[in-house]
Amino acid sequence: MTLLKIEGMRVEFPSRRGSVVAAKDVNLELASGEILGIVGESGAGKSTIANAVLDLLDPPGIMPKGKVFLEGERIDGLSLEQMRKIRGKRIGMIFQDPLTSLNPLQTIQEQLVETITTHLPMNNKQALERSIEMLEKVGIPEPAIRIKHYPHQFSGGMRQRVVIALSLCAEPDVILADEPTTALDVSIQAQILDLMRKLVKETGVGMIIITHDMGVISDVCDRVMVMYRGDVVEIGPTRKILGNPDHPYTRSLISAVPRPDKRLHRFPLVEYIEEAGVPYKPIDIKTHWLGQARDFDKPKSDHLISIKNLEMRFLTVDSVFKSKRKYLRAVDDVSFDIREGEVFGLVGESGSGKSTVARLICGIYKPFGGQVIFDGTDLTALGSRRVANHYRRQMQMIFQDPFSSLNGRMRVGDIVAEPIKFHKLASSNAEVKSIVNDLLDHVGLGAIAAKKFPHEFSGGQRQRISIARALATRPRFLICDEPTSALDVSIQAQVLNLLKDLQEELSLTMLFISHDLPVIRQVCDRVAVMRDGKLVEVADTEDLFEAPQTDYSRHLLELMPRLEGLSGAG
Amino acid sequence: MVMLTVALIAFAMFQFVGDPIANMVGQDTSLAEREQLKEDLGLNGSIFTQFGHFVKNAVQGEFGRSYRLRKPVRELIAERFPATLELSLLSAFLALLVGIPMGVFTALRRDSWLAQGFMTLSLIGISLPTFLIGIFLILFFGVMLQWLPTFGRGDVVDLGWWTTGFLTISGWKSLIMPAITLAIFQMTLIVRLIRAEMLEVLRSDYIKFARARGLRERSISFSHALKNTLVPVITIIGLQIGSLIAFAIITESVFQWPGMGLLFIQAIEEVDIPIMSAYLLLIAFVFVLINLVVDVLYYAIDPRLRMD
Amino acid sequence: MPEYFKDFWRRFFDSDIWWSFKSSPLVVVASIVTFIMIFSSVFATYVAPFNPFDLAQFDLMDNLKPPVWMEDGTSKFLLGTDDQGRDVLSTILYGSRVSLLVGFLSVIFAMIIGIVVGLVAGYSGGWVDAVLMRIADVQLSFPAILIALLVDGIVRGILPKGSHDELAVYVLIVAIALSFWVQYARTVRSSTMVERTKEYVQAAQVIGLPQPLILLRHILPNVMGPVLVIATIQLALAVITEATLSFLGVGVPPTSPSLGTLIRVGNDYLFSGEWWITVFPGLALVILVLAVNILGDWLRDALNPKLR
Repeated sequence: MTLLKIEGMRVEFPSRRGSVVAAKDVNLELASGEILGIVGESGAGKSTIANAVLDLLDPPGIMPKGKVFLEGERIDGLSLEQMRKIRGKRIGMIFQDPLTSLNPLQTIQEQLVETITTHLPMNNKQALERSIEMLEKVGIPEPAIRIKHYPHQFSGGMRQRVVIALSLCAEPDVILADEPTTALDVSIQAQILDLMRKLVKETGVGMIIITHDMGVISDVCDRVMVMYRGDVVEIGPTRKILGNPDHPYTRSLISAVPRPDKRLHRFPLVEYIEEAGVPYKPIDIKTHWLGQARDFDKPKSDHLISIKNLEMRFLTVDSVFKSKRKYLRAVDDVSFDIREGEVFGLVGESGSGKSTVARLICGIYKPFGGQVIFDGTDLTALGSRRVANHYRRQMQMIFQDPFSSLNGRMRVGDIVAEPIKFHKLASSNAEVKSIVNDLLDHVGLGAIAAKKFPHEFSGGQRQRISIARALATRPRFLICDEPTSALDVSIQAQVLNLLKDLQEELSLTMLFISHDLPVIRQVCDRVAVMRDGKLVEVADTEDLFEAPQTDYSRHLLELMPRLEGLSGAG
Repeated sequence: MVMLTVALIAFAMFQFVGDPIANMVGQDTSLAEREQLKEDLGLNGSIFTQFGHFVKNAVQGEFGRSYRLRKPVRELIAERFPATLELSLLSAFLALLVGIPMGVFTALRRDSWLAQGFMTLSLIGISLPTFLIGIFLILFFGVMLQWLPTFGRGDVVDLGWWTTGFLTISGWKSLIMPAITLAIFQMTLIVRLIRAEMLEVLRSDYIKFARARGLRERSISFSHALKNTLVPVITIIGLQIGSLIAFAIITESVFQWPGMGLLFIQAIEEVDIPIMSAYLLLIAFVFVLINLVVDVLYYAIDPRLRMD
Repeated sequence: MPEYFKDFWRRFFDSDIWWSFKSSPLVVVASIVTFIMIFSSVFATYVAPFNPFDLAQFDLMDNLKPPVWMEDGTSKFLLGTDDQGRDVLSTILYGSRVSLLVGFLSVIFAMIIGIVVGLVAGYSGGWVDAVLMRIADVQLSFPAILIALLVDGIVRGILPKGSHDELAVYVLIVAIALSFWVQYARTVRSSTMVERTKEYVQAAQVIGLPQPLILLRHILPNVMGPVLVIATIQLALAVITEATLSFLGVGVPPTSPSLGTLIRVGNDYLFSGEWWITVFPGLALVILVLAVNILGDWLRDALNPKLR
C-alpha cells in the first residue's frame, strides 16, 4: 500500500542573486514496511525533500510546485493547524544531531508525555505508561527510572534512541529520518540502524532515510533514490543501484566510495563531478622549483621519523596542589617508525589520540615525555629557533577542517606565499608570485585562485589550497590529519588521487591519519591502530585487513560497512 | 571576592585622595586640633591596621563622618536609602513587567508591524539618555500640563525605621515620573536582549524537532522556547536591575529626589570620601546579593547545573 | 596598487553588506545624518553662524530670544538664544564637536586597552587570563556610569583645584575609556580563544611563524569584526555617558560646553518657559545617538551570519 507519494516537487530558496533550486521534479512513492534511502552529496537537496513534506523548510525556502499525498489524501498547502496535526501523529521525523534535538530543560518524561497527549486521546497516566513502553521498545534500560532524567544525562547513542521514541510515540505511519546516524560513532551507528530496521519491520511503518553514506544505504534500505544538485538521477532497488547503476553520476559516486575489500591504485571515474578542476600535469622534479635544493636526498637511516615513548597529558581537573590535578592521558607511551618514502597510516576512533600524535610530531604541542627523532635529530630537544625552523620547513601538515584551516582574511596567494617568504625560499617578490601561481596550478586550482579569498572556494578546493601551502616549503614529510573526512565522497576521491600523485612524484614521506578504514586501505602502506592513547597494533596494511592480530583491530574491521554488491568498477 | 576588591578600592581612596583634614577644617584651625581630628578619624597607624579597622567598621555599618555634612555617614545613608530603594524597585517592576512580554512578542511575531514598531521604539529608547527623558517628562507633564510634581518625594509616611511614599497620593504622584524615567532604559535593554536570545533559541534544533512532533505553537513558544531563553538572559537582567540603583543617581539628580544617588553626586563634587566609599560598598553589596539570587534562579531553571 | 583598490571596490559593491545597506532606507538615512552631524561639528568654525566663544559676536541684549517661528523670534537666531545672548544653533554645533571628540577618543582609547588585554588573555590563558578576567568581572558588575563618576571623582581629589577645568576633557576621556574597555576585552578574549584553536593558527605554527606574528597577522584581523560592532554601539554610549556626566556637573565645564553641559545650563530655564535652550541641544544629542545606534544595530546584524 502506498503511504506517501510525492509528485513533481520543486523546492526553491529565493535570494537576491536569483532563486536557488534545491530540488526539482521529485517523484517518489513509499509503501508500508519499506525503507527508502535518499542518497546524495551535500547540496544535492535531499534534506529539503523531508522538510518540504512537513512544511518545515527553513526560511526563505518555498515549494512552488508539486503535490504530496499521505495515504491518498493531499497534504501540501494545508493550514498550519491541520499540518500540525499531521506532524508527529502521522509523519514522524528524526534529525541528525541527538545532542541538540532534545529540550535540555525538560525531562524525557515531560517531552514524551506532552507529545503523546497532544496527539492521542490519553490522560497523563496512560501517556506515562506508553512513554515507558516506548523507551523499552527503543532499547533504553530501566525505562521507568531513566524517564525521569534530563537529556544531558544520556549518551549520544541513548539520546538518539530517545529521539526515535519521541518520533514514534504518537504512532505515525511514516518516518522521515534525516542523517540519523551521521553524528554517532561507528559502533553506535550500527546499533541504531539495527533498531530502526527492526521497528519498521515490526510496526509496518514506511521510512525514508536521508544520508550521504553508502554504507547506511547498503545496510538497511530496500530501495534507493540518488540525487545530484537537486535532480533525481536514479531510483530503484538497492542491489540494482549499487551493483549496476545506469546513470553516469551514480557510477562515478559509487566508484568514489573507498572499497573496504581491496586496494585500488587510484579512484577511477570521478570525472563526472563538476569541480574536477585543472587536470593534473606531471612535472619534471629535476628542473622544477619543488625539486630544487631539497638538501636531504640522502637519509641518515631507514627511518625518517622515529617516535619513542611519546606521552601527552591534558589537564582535566586543575588544582593548586600537584597531587590533586587530574590528567587525561591523550597519548600514552607510543612508539613507531616511519620509513623514508612510505605512507604510514594511523587509525582509531575519535578520542584515540591520533591527532594529538600528529600535533606532537610537528611541534604544535610540547610532549609530556618521549622523543620525536626526525632524520637522526631529536626534535623535542632543539635549541635555537633557527635550527627548529630548519626542521619545520621539512615537515608540513594538512588539516581536517577545510573551513577553519585557512585564514579567511588573507588572499589565497598570500596564504601560499607566507611560508615561502618566511623561510626565504625565493629571492624576489616576482619569484614568489610565480612559484605561488605554479603551485596553485599544480594542485588543480589554476593561477587565478591567488587573487581570491578562501570563502569563494568549496571544501575540496580549500583542501587543495591547504596542500599548496604545505608544498610551499618544499617539505620532505607531510602529515595529513583526516584530510578528507569533512568532504563528500567524490571530492574525497579527487583529493586522495591528488595526494597520491604528489606523493609519488615528490617521493614524499606521509603520515596519514584517519578514522575511516576503507580510506586507510586505499592510501597507506603500513598502519598503526590506536585506542585510548595507546598503540594497539602496527602492521602492513594488507596484513591488517586480511589477518588482524588483535581483538580491537578485528572489532574495528567488523564495524566497517561491507557494501555488498558494489559494482565492480575496479 | 568582589566585596573585598571594592573595599580595597574604597580604602585606597581614603589613603591617596586628597587630605581629609584639609577638606574638613578651615585655615585657622590649630595644629593640635588637626592632630586631634586625625586621631579621631583613625588616620594614624600603619596601612594594614587602618585597613583592618576600615573593614571592621564597614562590616558594622560604620563608615565614619562625612567631611562636608559633619554627620555620621550611616545616618545619612539610612535617611536616604528608602527613597532610592522605593524608586528602584518600582522601576525594576515596570521594566520587567513591560520589557519581558514585549521582548517575547517581538521575537515571536517578528515580521508584524507592531513588533517592528516596538523595535523602533526600543532603538529610540536606548538612544535617549536617562536625564533627557526626565527633562522631557518634566517639560511636558510638569511645566506644560502641570499634572505631576517635578521634584522631591511628596508627602512621606514615617514608619520609624523606614519612610515610604507608597502610602500617600502625593507620594505616588511624585514617584511616577522618576520611576518611568529610570525604567525606560532598562526596559529597552530587556526587550532587545530577550528578543535576540529568543530568536536564537527559536532557530535551535530542539524547537524544530518540537515542531516536527506537532506540538502546539503555544506550548513551543512558552514552555519550550521562553524557558530556554531565560537561562542566558537571567544574569544580564539581574545585573541590569542591580544597575538601576546606580542609574538612580541620574534620575535623582534630575528630579531632586532625596535618595542616595543625590547624596553621592554631591559627595563627588565636594570630594567627600567617606560618603563615596560607603556608597560604593553598599552598591557592591547589592550586586553580590543579586548575584546570589541569580545563582539560585539558575539552579532552579537549569537541570544541567544540578548535577555535580 | 590601483588594481588592488579597484578589486576592493568591486568586491565591496558586490558584497552582502553593501546590499543590506542599500536595501534599508533607515540605515542610509542614519548614515547620512551621522555624516552631516560629524561634518558640521568638525567644521563648526565655518558652518556655524556665530562663534559662541567670541565675546564680540554676541550681545547680552539678545538674550533668551525664542526660535524664529515663535513670536519675538528673529531669523538672525534660528533656534533662539541662551541666557547670555549666544545663538543656540551655534552652541549646539560647537557643543557636538566636544561631545564627538570625547566620544571618539574614549572609544579608541578603550578599544586599544581592550584589544591588547583581550588578545593577551585569550592567547596566553592560564593565570594571566584568570587575573585579567577577574578584574574585568569585578568591573563589569558596576555600571559604566558609576565607574566613570568614580574615576572622575578620584581625579578631582588628586588634581589641584585650579587645573581641573582645563584638564576636564581629558579626565572625562580617560574616565569613560576606563569604564568601557571591559566589553572589548571580553569579546576579543572569547574570539581569540575560539580563533587560536582553529587550524589556520596551527598551520602558521607548523610553518614556524613566531607567536607575536601569529597574533598580529592571523588572529587580530579575525577578531576585529565584533570589535567594530561594539565600537559603533559604544560610540553612541560614550556620547550619552559624556552628556550624562556633564549634565551631572562633573564633566566638561561651561567654558567649553558639550551638549550635556548645554542641557544642564538650559535646565535652569525650563520652568520659566525658555525651553529651547534645553530642548534643542537635547534633540541634537538624541538624533546623533539614534543615528549611530541604527548604524551599529545594522552592522551587528549584517556581520552576523547566523541571522537571515
